[in-house]
Amino acid sequence: MQRIGVFVCHCGTNIAATVDVKAVAEALSHEPGVVISQEYQYMCSEAGQNLVKDAIKEYNLTGVVVCSCSPRMHENTFRKAAASAGLNPYLVEIANIREQCSWIHKDIATATEKAVILGKAAIAKVHLNTPLTAGESPVAKRALVIGGGIAGIQTALDIAEAGFEVDIVEKEATIGGKMAQIDKTFPTLDCAACILTPKMVEALQNEKITIHSYSEVSAVKGFVGNFTATIKKKRRFVDETKCTGCGLCTEACPMKKVPNAFNLGLNNRSAIYIPFAQAVPKVATIDPNYCLKLRKGDVNDKVCGKCAEACTAGAINYHQQDEYIEQKYGAIVVATGFNPINLDKYDEFAYNQCPDVVTSLELERLMNAAGPNGGTLLRPSDKTHPHKIVFVQCVGSRCDDSKGKPYCSKICCMYTAKHAMLIREKYPDTEVYVFYIDVRTPGKNFDEFYRRAVEQYNVHYIKGMVGKVTPKADGTIDVQASDLLSNEQLHIDADMVVLATAIEPDKTARPLATMLTTQMDTNDFFTEAHAKLRPVESATAGIFLSGACQGPKDIPETVAQASAAASKAIGLLVKDSITCNPCVAHSNELMCNGCSACEKVCPYGAITYQDKEFRMPDRTTAIRRVANVNPAVCQGCGACTVACPSGAMDLNGFSNSQIMAEVDAICK
Amino acid sequence: MQEAIISKAKQLLADGTVNRVIGWKKGEFAYDITPAIFESAEEIDADFVYDDFTSANVSKYLVKESKKEGKILAFLKPCDTYSLNQLIKEHRVNRENIYVVGISGDGKLDAEKIKAKGITGITGVKKDGDTLKINTVYGEETMPVAEAMSNKCLSCKSKKHVIYDELIGEDGEVIESDRFDMVEKLENMTSQERYDFWRNELSKCIRCNACRNVCPACTCENCVFDNPDSAVQNKAAADSFEENMFHIIRAFHVAGRCTDCGECSRVCPQNIPLHLLNRKFIKDINSLYGEYQAGADTISKAPLNDYTQDDCEASIVHERGVE
Repeated sequence: MQRIGVFVCHCGTNIAATVDVKAVAEALSHEPGVVISQEYQYMCSEAGQNLVKDAIKEYNLTGVVVCSCSPRMHENTFRKAAASAGLNPYLVEIANIREQCSWIHKDIATATEKAVILGKAAIAKVHLNTPLTAGESPVAKRALVIGGGIAGIQTALDIAEAGFEVDIVEKEATIGGKMAQIDKTFPTLDCAACILTPKMVEALQNEKITIHSYSEVSAVKGFVGNFTATIKKKRRFVDETKCTGCGLCTEACPMKKVPNAFNLGLNNRSAIYIPFAQAVPKVATIDPNYCLKLRKGDVNDKVCGKCAEACTAGAINYHQQDEYIEQKYGAIVVATGFNPINLDKYDEFAYNQCPDVVTSLELERLMNAAGPNGGTLLRPSDKTHPHKIVFVQCVGSRCDDSKGKPYCSKICCMYTAKHAMLIREKYPDTEVYVFYIDVRTPGKNFDEFYRRAVEQYNVHYIKGMVGKVTPKADGTIDVQASDLLSNEQLHIDADMVVLATAIEPDKTARPLATMLTTQMDTNDFFTEAHAKLRPVESATAGIFLSGACQGPKDIPETVAQASAAASKAIGLLVKDSITCNPCVAHSNELMCNGCSACEKVCPYGAITYQDKEFRMPDRTTAIRRVANVNPAVCQGCGACTVACPSGAMDLNGFSNSQIMAEVDAICK
Repeated sequence: MQEAIISKAKQLLADGTVNRVIGWKKGEFAYDITPAIFESAEEIDADFVYDDFTSANVSKYLVKESKKEGKILAFLKPCDTYSLNQLIKEHRVNRENIYVVGISGDGKLDAEKIKAKGITGITGVKKDGDTLKINTVYGEETMPVAEAMSNKCLSCKSKKHVIYDELIGEDGEVIESDRFDMVEKLENMTSQERYDFWRNELSKCIRCNACRNVCPACTCENCVFDNPDSAVQNKAAADSFEENMFHIIRAFHVAGRCTDCGECSRVCPQNIPLHLLNRKFIKDINSLYGEYQAGADTISKAPLNDYTQDDCEASIVHERGVE
């Protein structure tokens, strides 16, 4: 006979305000098998946990149901409490009457009724719970960092500092990411390259860090502590070990009309290129789409070959193939970063029609000493000095239509203030207008920074939106806008327009999330395990989030989060083994059809098939193909149990009969 | 056709290629042709039948038969070959123990349709162009062949054999069919109309299990409806509504694996159009995951057991549920 204890939590007023907890405890006390039903203000407090522990001992309980918050919150707390009182922790069930009940209902009667039903379902389930014992699995002492921007670099440096091997996988030819393209940084106005490039070099020189540039993660298998990733090193047609980065090849290359991606296409580079002077690794890469030899299709053809002739190190290899590396990792940190959105849908700003309408990131390059104009701000169209510049805020951010993004891109207010200030400082004869919806400057020294732009540098901040940007025949640009404070329509004859373009997660993030079985929100930002309490962990164990892949961030925030992600990864890597989840699948061989449906859906490769001899009822033997689950690899996701047509596959702790019992209790 | 099949069967038995033949023999009535195993030329001469009423798909029998000693010869119509392929894909049959001879389908007749014309006491039929001559104990009757054709043949999806060791006659092609017309009609109903339609149809069910027993996709070692531990078995007997759910659950179980062979509806003694449930799944799979024909091959990934990034999101249920 089961002896079940029910413990209903008030959670202060979180639950008690909308659920009559006394009535719930009363109602559940009459359920079959329930020997004690109590309520308490904070069940997770030490006093609350003692209630549970004492009841386990006093009533010799065989099962515990806690009606409280989400199991994600405190399931572990109550399991530990039960274990300390001598009850197997897997005989504890949580009925979530907070997130799934009190928080979403207003009417006390309905909420109370639902809480009772949820309690009944948990009681029905706990009747069928069986004691489970967790095993252990080892941790591979190596971390994978996906993305080599400032977030990835910082995370890798911190993990390496703690003594663990780290691999950075960067899809571009150099690490550095967006920060390498930025000119100056707010709010201190120090040069981005000056503070970033030492870190890039540090990453290169750190013997614990391996940088795989021009590479992609093509597959990830396994689970926390035991990931196996396949890294595709794309062929760059240059032997990384031989190239010295001297640049002779780039000078020799006759194909000089390749849009320079690092300068966002604002000038050209050669087909063989080193992205920028401080690139890490400083190795040349051939762009096969432009290289005269590679474009030809037949590399044995005697076309061009100028770079190979120029290279004194013999590093050019036209026959190079993609290389695949397989490596085991204990932890994975995602640092895939962001990109400005595509502005094709924003015809009103004439971005595609007029070269003098640029994005803010393009302006960074136009103002950068290593940029297309050597740091002198000139109009892209006629290389003349602009005297009137209009900045448009929130282009694609805070949009309620399908064109843009619903969120605030967070960094634009500050960098626009920075741009305005830098231009006014360097070119005092230039008038600068900024059109904004709101100016958002929370952050240390941020509002002071913005006020300096307005008060000290006389930047014209106008509250209002730009309606239309029209290039005119005389080369100027008509900016039509409304001033919401003086309630008038404005026309400004500008020389340049700068669009504070919304940022979005990098396009590689979504396929990566699928590969890692992590969650994303509707905007493709990675979802953290808990918005407040676990901001750098993904909901998938062993996968951590660093930088703008989790949400828009400026550099200080990115670096802070990168270090936080590193510390979480280090916390995992220092362990020699981790406790496995005992809620794993197993197959009933007598019912298994051998159809392989489970094997095909298993994301962890935990299921194999074997031919096994069975004694049949008529004293004969038969060889049958049956499924076999490796419990050390199984992560208990349950995909196999729903794919199995015969119901042979079942999951410990969430068995088909337990789920059915819960549904029955709810539908009764 | 019958002569060619019989002589092929006898030849393969004689030369030792196979030691058994699965074919058909006469049942209680002339139109009641039943699958049967033959082990000798004598047995074949005595009972083997392949005529216009020979509809039964013998693929499912191969689950058990292919695990016995020696090779078995199976005569498969184009539609039957899809079922066998699907069984091979699911490792349910032992392919090495099967010798497949593809035979043409030619469109089978449905005795129920003839009887519905008031023609009873059928002793035999003969196709004469578009006219069907029916011998009865009361004399000869006629009716158009098309009106006597079984439903599954009227919406034939393929005359191509997707697996065989040899063919008798020429192979055909996959053909355009109107098999989703009725599904579309059901989709266009309001949910209440659809509910009424299915309640009306499914309430005729006598739970004889003929549909399940004939279905080549239903080959579980232990069916959930026979397994007291499955918690499904006793539910299905709870009340008439739950009992109706039997067919819905069965359709879910064979979703993505049903080849649309049409046997379920053919054998239903209550004439419930069970194949429409399966066709709805097939149509949805085609539109949500790309064209997919279960059993067309043995290697392709089943859309419901495979994840790709182009798969529809779960919210499709909500979006499609809106009236």
